[in-house]
Amino acid sequence: MSEAEPLLRIEGLTKAYPGVVANSDVSFSVGPGRVHALLGENGAGKSTLVKMIYGLVRPDAGRMQLNGAPYAPPNPNAARASGVAMVFQHFSLFDALDVAENVALGMENPPPRRALAQRIREVSQAYGLPLDPARTVGDLSAGERQRVEIVRCLLQSPKLLIMDEPTSVLTPQEVEILFATLRQLAAEGTAILYISHKLEEIRSLCDGATILRLGKVVANCTPAEVSARELAEMMVGQTLITPTRAAAEGGKVVLEVSGLSLRPATPFGTSLKDIGFSVRAGEVLGIGGVAGNGQDELLAVLSGEAPVAAGAVRVDGRDVGALGPVERRRLGLLAAPEERLGHAAAPDMSLTENAMLTGSGRMGLETRGFLDWRKARVFAERIIAEFDVRTPGPSHAARSLSGGNLQKFVIGREILQEPRVLVVNQPTWGVDASAAASIRQALLDLAARGAAIVVISQDLDELMEISDRFCALNEGRLSPPRPAKGLSVEEIGLMLGGAHDLEAAHGTA
Amino acid sequence: MIRLEKRPEPSRGWTALTPVLAVVLTMIAGGALFALLGKDPFVAMKTIFWDPILGEYAFYYRGQLLVKAAPLVLIAVGLSLGFRAGVWNIGAEGQYIVGALCGGAVGLAFYPAEGWYIFPLMVVAGALGGWLWAMIPGILKTRFNTNEILVSLLLVYVAEQLLAASALRWLKNPEGQGFPGSRNLAQYPAASNPELIAGTGMHWGVVAAMIAVIFAYVLLNRHMTGFHIRLAGQAPRAARFSGVSPSRLVLFCFSVSGALAGLAGLFELTGPAGQISIDFNVGYGFTAIIVAFLGRLHPVGILLAGLLMALTYIGGEAAQSTLGLPAAAIQAFQGMLLFFLLAVDVLINFRVRFGRAMA
Repeated sequence: MSEAEPLLRIEGLTKAYPGVVANSDVSFSVGPGRVHALLGENGAGKSTLVKMIYGLVRPDAGRMQLNGAPYAPPNPNAARASGVAMVFQHFSLFDALDVAENVALGMENPPPRRALAQRIREVSQAYGLPLDPARTVGDLSAGERQRVEIVRCLLQSPKLLIMDEPTSVLTPQEVEILFATLRQLAAEGTAILYISHKLEEIRSLCDGATILRLGKVVANCTPAEVSARELAEMMVGQTLITPTRAAAEGGKVVLEVSGLSLRPATPFGTSLKDIGFSVRAGEVLGIGGVAGNGQDELLAVLSGEAPVAAGAVRVDGRDVGALGPVERRRLGLLAAPEERLGHAAAPDMSLTENAMLTGSGRMGLETRGFLDWRKARVFAERIIAEFDVRTPGPSHAARSLSGGNLQKFVIGREILQEPRVLVVNQPTWGVDASAAASIRQALLDLAARGAAIVVISQDLDELMEISDRFCALNEGRLSPPRPAKGLSVEEIGLMLGGAHDLEAAHGTA
Repeated sequence: MIRLEKRPEPSRGWTALTPVLAVVLTMIAGGALFALLGKDPFVAMKTIFWDPILGEYAFYYRGQLLVKAAPLVLIAVGLSLGFRAGVWNIGAEGQYIVGALCGGAVGLAFYPAEGWYIFPLMVVAGALGGWLWAMIPGILKTRFNTNEILVSLLLVYVAEQLLAASALRWLKNPEGQGFPGSRNLAQYPAASNPELIAGTGMHWGVVAAMIAVIFAYVLLNRHMTGFHIRLAGQAPRAARFSGVSPSRLVLFCFSVSGALAGLAGLFELTGPAGQISIDFNVGYGFTAIIVAFLGRLHPVGILLAGLLMALTYIGGEAAQSTLGLPAAAIQAFQGMLLFFLLAVDVLINFRVRFGRAMA
């Protein structure tokens, strides 16, 4: 295939930011109708590279060619005009507007409403992405929102479609539908640049792959011809640590949740409906589910941010429903929310101050309200050292850390406090493979020391790897937990899908 | 073309430098303004900034400096706690008035008795009065989620009506030949707040302001409550996660700022002002908002900013009388100070790059 004239050719692309070289002499090419993977750890330079292709960032050196002609888009408008479209990892949609209005907002010259709605229906049917243009985006699932973004791109008939981690928010069934669409697009001659760190996906979908490490191309390969493990090792540059599960059984129940219901604080929040589960000492309970099905609410209820009825949450048999975060931490119930900046950590505060944020009580950093900053600094330094947080020191602001490093800090801060129960939401979201493996291992070690652990995640591979039991959140309801061992992908998909299956999403307006 | 580039971390150097830069820019722009009004800008600057401290009549002005700065600092320190937490008490002027009225009423109730306990009782009553007036927006916010900016601001005008009624009826001097205004507390030794060291302007309000600065510094840097205040202002969700109760924080901030404003009112009433009169309040409660921001919401910064603001008041009055500058020009000059400070603040979080425009 590669003898055909490539659609996009990149030669020697280099981009440096103060203190860091994001891309150094990167070259590769993508032919028309090919699905090309861009693979790399966090900070490997994938985002910078696609931002240059999409005209958001200008390269310091190097050339790009599109269809054989020089290509140097000064801004995303120019990139779109040349036939390059991009679906971002984080959606830019307005919850309160309907699908057609959201699509129109992204267009330079939107056609009249009715014609646009018709076009949306045509495109979405042609590519098997059921979407009703009249529905309000706030009511859509994450998978449906992604369809809005994809359809928005497809309306421009792009020659090159860039997709940034598209499957992180999808159920296995939704992933299959997306792949069918992408294969159809490729068959019609559209080139697709696919960014992901899910190796199995890349092996099943992509024709070629370019692997980046520390801003440089380390390998080009055909994903179907190498194993996922080989891909991962090329990406990380070292042998992966596979977590080992020391199975612990028959501990006593530490966390008990029963009859838990919560009304949402915001109109677009999810209400929790009659949730019940229990976790034993030494056990890891995995809670799967597509984003927006009550994960944030469940974490808030367990951390104490959203107090609930007496008796709904018990730790060691003690009712903690009405207690706030401080009292719950004292009893050993700790939590790490998904959103690192602004929720788990204060962005403009130093790591020392962020260590104080949850550690003040259990680590003895305060006496009668007065704070011991020296001890807090020692605690922060311990987190940094034991969890390999890459930072010049604890006096630096949380926002100066990369996402993965801050995540290590946040998880480490809770683990080092030796909780009785630890609840984490998306513990390895946006964290590179080796760091993710060490975070998972730290969680398992904590369980082995007798803590009860609840892991809320959208990454099913992760949940299958570390959970003893598995259940799924769907529209605020929790499926009954089942032993993780022996669950098939289909069974998991059905647990995740619940009443929210694809036909229902398609049929009801 | 000029571009702004976000810094990974706030610049510490610029955090300290921007107030100085703002003062310099204010001098330049203010000088231009005075020149356009036909006055020599250098003479004007000397009159405002130099003469009150080191000029010929400085012995008179120096005392005034502490007298003017004390209420500003006292109020601004209280407000700064709330502003850091994202609690906007704009009505310190009202709390200042009500504090003075409550404290003054206690003193007048004892008249003409003598006793060491009278003045301390008045101080307590003054703080309680300011606290009570601040609790109205505080409780309305926590109970009904009303906007504290609006409620606290509008209560200033209610307090002004209370002041007028007090001066004209409730607390009117029975021996005042019908003139409005209360007895002169400065001439009632048990209730007066005299100069502690002659010629310095040092009265109990100045002492209270110093204590407030130290208290706020320790609170913000060494105490959990101060940590929660900073956390709530910078990252409200992280504050809730940490265990901060937003309602309790709102009430705490309103309590402290209200009580300090009330204290400022009482010390002003019993000292420099002397009596409750219709025009007792002169806008310290509003100017303190500028002082709080000019001082970077930092206790020590507020102390310096309060002194600077007092200087522009005193120097401004001198410029009005000696150079004939209109009062509005002086007010514009003071306003520029906040304007430039907010404008140069961008340097703390952004780096300015001069470069080619994007094509």
